[in-house]
Amino acid sequence: MSSLSGAVETAPVSSLHARRTEFDVPSGREEEWRFTPLRRLRGLHKDTELGESGVKVDIDAAPEIEYSERAVASADGVSGFLPEDRVSARAYAAAGTARVLTVPKEAVASRPTVVRVTGSGTGEAAAGHLVIDVQPFGRAVVVLDFHGSATYADNVEIRVADGGDLTVVSVAEWAGDAVHVSHHQATLGRDAKLKHFQITLGGSVVRVSPSVRYEGPGGDAELYGLCFADAGQHLEHRLFVDHEPPKCRSRVIYKGALSGDDAHTVWIGDVLIGAEAEGTDTYEFNRNLVLTDGARADSVPNLEILTGEVAGAGHASANGRLDDEHIFYLQARGIPEEEARRLVIRGFFGELIGKIGVPEVEERVTEKIEAELAGSLK
Amino acid sequence: MSTLEIRDLHVSVKEADGSLREILRGVNLTVADGETHAIMGPNGSGKSTLSYAIAGHPKYEVTSGTMTLDGEDVLSMSVDARARAGLFLAMQYPVEVPGVSVSNFLRTSVTAVRGEAPKLRHFMKEMRGAMGDLSIDSKFAERSLNEGFSGGEKKRHEILQLEMLDPKIAVLDETDSGLDVDALKVVSDGINRFRSRPGHGVLLITHYNRILQYVQPDYVHVFVNGRIVEEGGPELAKTLEAEGYEKFTAAAGTVS
Repeated sequence: MSSLSGAVETAPVSSLHARRTEFDVPSGREEEWRFTPLRRLRGLHKDTELGESGVKVDIDAAPEIEYSERAVASADGVSGFLPEDRVSARAYAAAGTARVLTVPKEAVASRPTVVRVTGSGTGEAAAGHLVIDVQPFGRAVVVLDFHGSATYADNVEIRVADGGDLTVVSVAEWAGDAVHVSHHQATLGRDAKLKHFQITLGGSVVRVSPSVRYEGPGGDAELYGLCFADAGQHLEHRLFVDHEPPKCRSRVIYKGALSGDDAHTVWIGDVLIGAEAEGTDTYEFNRNLVLTDGARADSVPNLEILTGEVAGAGHASANGRLDDEHIFYLQARGIPEEEARRLVIRGFFGELIGKIGVPEVEERVTEKIEAELAGSLK
Repeated sequence: MSTLEIRDLHVSVKEADGSLREILRGVNLTVADGETHAIMGPNGSGKSTLSYAIAGHPKYEVTSGTMTLDGEDVLSMSVDARARAGLFLAMQYPVEVPGVSVSNFLRTSVTAVRGEAPKLRHFMKEMRGAMGDLSIDSKFAERSLNEGFSGGEKKRHEILQLEMLDPKIAVLDETDSGLDVDALKVVSDGINRFRSRPGHGVLLITHYNRILQYVQPDYVHVFVNGRIVEEGGPELAKTLEAEGYEKFTAAAGTVS
């Protein structure tokens, strides 16, 4: 049977995301680990040794963007990065080299920058650290592409300084045996804008935790996600938006499709609106299409509000099947059932892809989803 | 020559609890090309069930009887195969399909029905022409199918599909409902364009005489309690308009 869960978190958002420096090996009973199949993480959450040779990273940067490699320790402080859980802390400690993309002040990148991470096998677990540093009024699009087989833990540090504008499109197209635990931690300056897309298609277990913090008023974060889980895949997305300064905006829209036995998606949407965060405007939305029996989508929105003066705060979460009436309508126009299903699913995701706003990246993402649909809906 | 032939058709609806409730109780009807038939009846008489049964909606189960199109067994065909064979149902309540644009949808369905993809340039020209004929703004081509359309806009798009898919037999389920008089004229003109070309038959399902003033039927069938209880020419529609359905519902012993 398929299962649609409307679970709730067992602790307030503020305590779940309290900053810590010590992390015990999780047992699986902790709120932040209870959905994750720890046994399949190949010890990333325990003590498996993390090297740097398990993946190859190729960077094709726009000419306006400066690329450098630094020791992680010396890159520290770009965003005030602090690991949020044991895997993140271990990756932080193990990754020797931080790959740093700097968008200089007022620079506008003329084309997307592509960071291609290719796994060479699951045998050697790897750690990675990427920094995207957008200086004041800089503007860029960065695509992160993940391929191949890997056991990989990484941190992506994102800082968008005052007035900056960054679009990040992260595409997990891993091979079927890959395990990837990833943290994307973004800090937004005054009037800074971030559009973040997480597109998760491949991998055995993929757990991505994007988070946003604001340093001043006027910050605007749009976090979009799209995932397609096939039989046996566990795809987990844990969002956290920390509204501390006043007058910031956030939008979280994640959509998932699931098909096959033990296809599992998890979406956690944590939003904290602090006592000083007057005029906050936030909305989060998660919708999952459960296409077959035996698949399970867990969806947990969690909003904690500590001020009475918000401009808007809401969330919605819905899991459901493909609408039979949609399929009937398309079939009644001669379109075969499989193709009708593909059209409807494509439409379900299409709205999000259209928000990327960079045609060449939209085309790439569309192609990848087409390939996924072709493989999944036979 | 095209002929849709329905013989002693019994259809039940599948209820939520899995049980079957009989709605159509022996329908006999023949629609040939060049003919326009109107089916008129009170609410709840089973008119829409007949249209869904012809299209093959999975909620309706044919328990006995036959349906053929030019001798081919329609009941054994899937929903999409029926459409490709030349049947078309203009829906009473077209659903909204988010994220699927009108032009993408039309091109996909035209490709499926014609058996080959039209050249993009030809297709766009054809679509724009058909949209113009129905006073549909060309901006609708890029909008999600039926999403946020008014009732009248949805009905115009049903007729747009009718004209582009060019079926043999079109079933129009209360296409007139919810239309103001201007929209009714536009939609009727579209139906008349369709049926004026050779090889097309129309089955028009309606509650009111109104649309029949614009789309003159050859035959009128009165539908009560799941079957046809009276048949005649266009004058029968006028009688129904004046006298209502009471005479027939009383005779059929229904409380609809």
